[in-house]
Amino acid sequence: MGIAHDLGVVRLGRRLPSPTRALRARSFPLRAPTVPGGVEPPEALRRTGVYFDTGWSRRWAARMCRAAIVEGPMRAMVQVLASPRREGADRLADLDGAVIFAANHHSHIDTSLLLTSIPEPWRHKIVVGAAADYFFGTRLAGATAALMIGAIPIERARVGRRSADLAAGLIDDGWSLLIYPEGGRSPDGWGQPFRGGAAYLSVRCGVPVVPIHVGGTSAILRKGRTMPTPAEATVTFGAPLRPEDGERAPRFAARIEDAVTALADEVSTDWYSARKRAHASASGTLTGPDVGLWRRQWALDGRRTPPTRTRRWPDL
Amino acid sequence: MAAERRLAPRPGLVMDVDRSTPPILFHHGEGFRLERLPAGRSRIVYPAEPLAGLPDPEGAIRDALLNPLDSDPLPSLLRPGMKLTIAFDDVSLPLPPMKRPDIRQRIIEQVLDMAAAAGVDDVHLIAALALHRRMTEDELRHTLGDRVYDAFAPQGALYNHDAEDPDGMVELGRSAHDELVTMNRRAAESDLLVYVNINLVAMDGGWKSTATGLADYRALRHHHNVHTMQQSRSFMDRPSSELHRSNWRQGEVIKAHGPRIFQIETTVNNNTFGHDGPLAVLQKREWEWSGRDRASFMAMQAGLKAMPVAGRRGVFNRWLAPYELTSVQAGAVEPVHESTTANVLAQHLVPVQGQTDVLTMGLPYICPYNVNSVMNPILVMCLGLGYFFNLYRGRPLVREGGVVIMSHPTRWEFHPAHHPSYIDFFEQLLAETTDPAELEAKYEEQFATDEWYVHLYRTGYAYHGVHPFYMWYWGAHALQWLGRVIVVGGDTRAVRRMGFQPASTLSDALEMASDVVGPSPTITHVHNPPILMADVE
Repeated sequence: MGIAHDLGVVRLGRRLPSPTRALRARSFPLRAPTVPGGVEPPEALRRTGVYFDTGWSRRWAARMCRAAIVEGPMRAMVQVLASPRREGADRLADLDGAVIFAANHHSHIDTSLLLTSIPEPWRHKIVVGAAADYFFGTRLAGATAALMIGAIPIERARVGRRSADLAAGLIDDGWSLLIYPEGGRSPDGWGQPFRGGAAYLSVRCGVPVVPIHVGGTSAILRKGRTMPTPAEATVTFGAPLRPEDGERAPRFAARIEDAVTALADEVSTDWYSARKRAHASASGTLTGPDVGLWRRQWALDGRRTPPTRTRRWPDL
Repeated sequence: MAAERRLAPRPGLVMDVDRSTPPILFHHGEGFRLERLPAGRSRIVYPAEPLAGLPDPEGAIRDALLNPLDSDPLPSLLRPGMKLTIAFDDVSLPLPPMKRPDIRQRIIEQVLDMAAAAGVDDVHLIAALALHRRMTEDELRHTLGDRVYDAFAPQGALYNHDAEDPDGMVELGRSAHDELVTMNRRAAESDLLVYVNINLVAMDGGWKSTATGLADYRALRHHHNVHTMQQSRSFMDRPSSELHRSNWRQGEVIKAHGPRIFQIETTVNNNTFGHDGPLAVLQKREWEWSGRDRASFMAMQAGLKAMPVAGRRGVFNRWLAPYELTSVQAGAVEPVHESTTANVLAQHLVPVQGQTDVLTMGLPYICPYNVNSVMNPILVMCLGLGYFFNLYRGRPLVREGGVVIMSHPTRWEFHPAHHPSYIDFFEQLLAETTDPAELEAKYEEQFATDEWYVHLYRTGYAYHGVHPFYMWYWGAHALQWLGRVIVVGGDTRAVRRMGFQPASTLSDALEMASDVVGPSPTITHVHNPPILMADVE
């Protein structure tokens, strides 16, 4: 401070021309008008959160750009970090047209993993339901998410018609939707109860839901961490589900959750054993036991995929 | 256009050749030839276009299992503590192998899901391959899917049938014609045997599935012999097939003394090469080839020409047919098979008026016994004179004493791991005689009981020692019927070794045929594959 003062840098800075200071010195209309007392200013056009316009990200140029990102750096990153094992894509053989993919959610890498795992013809005509308050908090963040992963804002704090209408409109236009019915990443490695969004959209639009189980990604980048650790991940596609006659969204959502739970069981054991347990309603639970935190962690240990990072002893 | 065709497939066609008829496609092993047939006395039999596939295959399978023919629904046959065995057709069906998911995977997953709901723990899956080579892990995974494979193979509950396992076979009894009936022990001792098949041609399915697929040499010799083949007119037409009559008699024994059987049979359409894609041109009629079709054909020809034989074989072996399920029926063997056969014939049958002097056929790169393997000369004979010749109902397409002209490279080449006994059969026995009856009488027993061949069959991926005999018998009816067999474009030595005549071109072959059938003979070309079956009046 002393040296800067002695050298006259501070005074020099004060004398330099500043555009902001120059604008402030000017009066209306060069500066924003002041609001007279007793009037209510019109609400500014909101362009973030659920109001973020993502239409441009589904135009040709943005789709080409996104396809290049997904097939290039994103696929390479997924391969390095997750070495994914992908199962069950053959269950989608009879599907045609738009589909809702509903997956459990552990990590930010889930979306990259799924976008590189979902087979054609859905992979490059898909939008991802992303939390409006998190991914679309600023216009820059929203634009990045929309361009990179085809994100659309979904209201998760409250029930909103706007995001439901947007998603339903896109499905009606032939776009598939990747959505995480848990509403966010797992806070502790266990899953969270499924909400009804995927089921509601399926009933409303008449499209099937493909349950997906993602395993092992919490070991790569769980919630709260910023640096990823390579580990092995699995993606298992389940048989498509359709709402039965007269079935309402909450009941259908429970079926979707059961299907993902059965897939989790299938990954940890084998398909036939998992089917036997599924028929006996003994597939276990995605959400973990309803006990204290440490016991939940204790119970999780058996299911956690160990990190593949090699341990090194220090040189002595 | 393709979609329109799928909705309204055209039936098979017999077209008379005139001066405006374009050159006709002949399959020629791992390649193709375009040949001009003489105008005014030639005709071409084209297969029907692919029938529409079932819109909801999973739903159709479920419906078949819940509403079977002459049987209780499958779930009511399943109970905890029971022994359940699921047998399925091996790698020889369908041809070429189909795209994933294979029909057998779809069916077996649904059967297993019902078994899981019933709490059945003791389940075995057996590839019913009789004396064929064992299926590799990749082939089993392709057929059944990774889920089924990973659930059963590691515990040893998914495996290939072993007809030479001294403890693994049981005798069920003898038929009214004193035919011994044997069966895989696990299948025979099960409370329920579910058999899952794919009926690619009318020969497949019925009692042949269990009486042949799960049997051993002692039982097979009663119908896999020269006499039976010569009495089967043809073995593709069950009512006229001695092969099937024998299998059905053995089926009666299985019904009386064997396990309860729940038969599941399926049919696929003729969509062998796809409506679109690089090979789509192969299932179009030549005068309908578009500019794009012609360009793709020429590019394919040029590419294949530039490749070595192994490379070409690799390219074709990677082709997976986009077959679609056209029917599925389940329940008791006989009513199921009646329905299945009707569905197969609905796709394959083409009415043809009268016989011909000369029958021409282009043989493709694959037959049931060289999937992921080499098409050796014996298999060329079997495909042409066994399968293609016998694809008739009523009378053979070619008159008695007529000539068959086959187009195939017929290389003197064998897969040493898959076909070891074929090599000895071809190099030693055929040098001595090509008469099926003489070969059967003098050498069959020796090859069938040879310990080295048995060892290779049981522990490697070899066809059984007796298998080349069966392939030769498969053509016995044709050999008896025909005046001459000519192979166009084949290896001269290999063709002569089999007792056939080699020709460089189709014109030469027709010239040679005139020695037997006289000048200006009538000619019929079967445009197969996709598969057709001539209904000859």
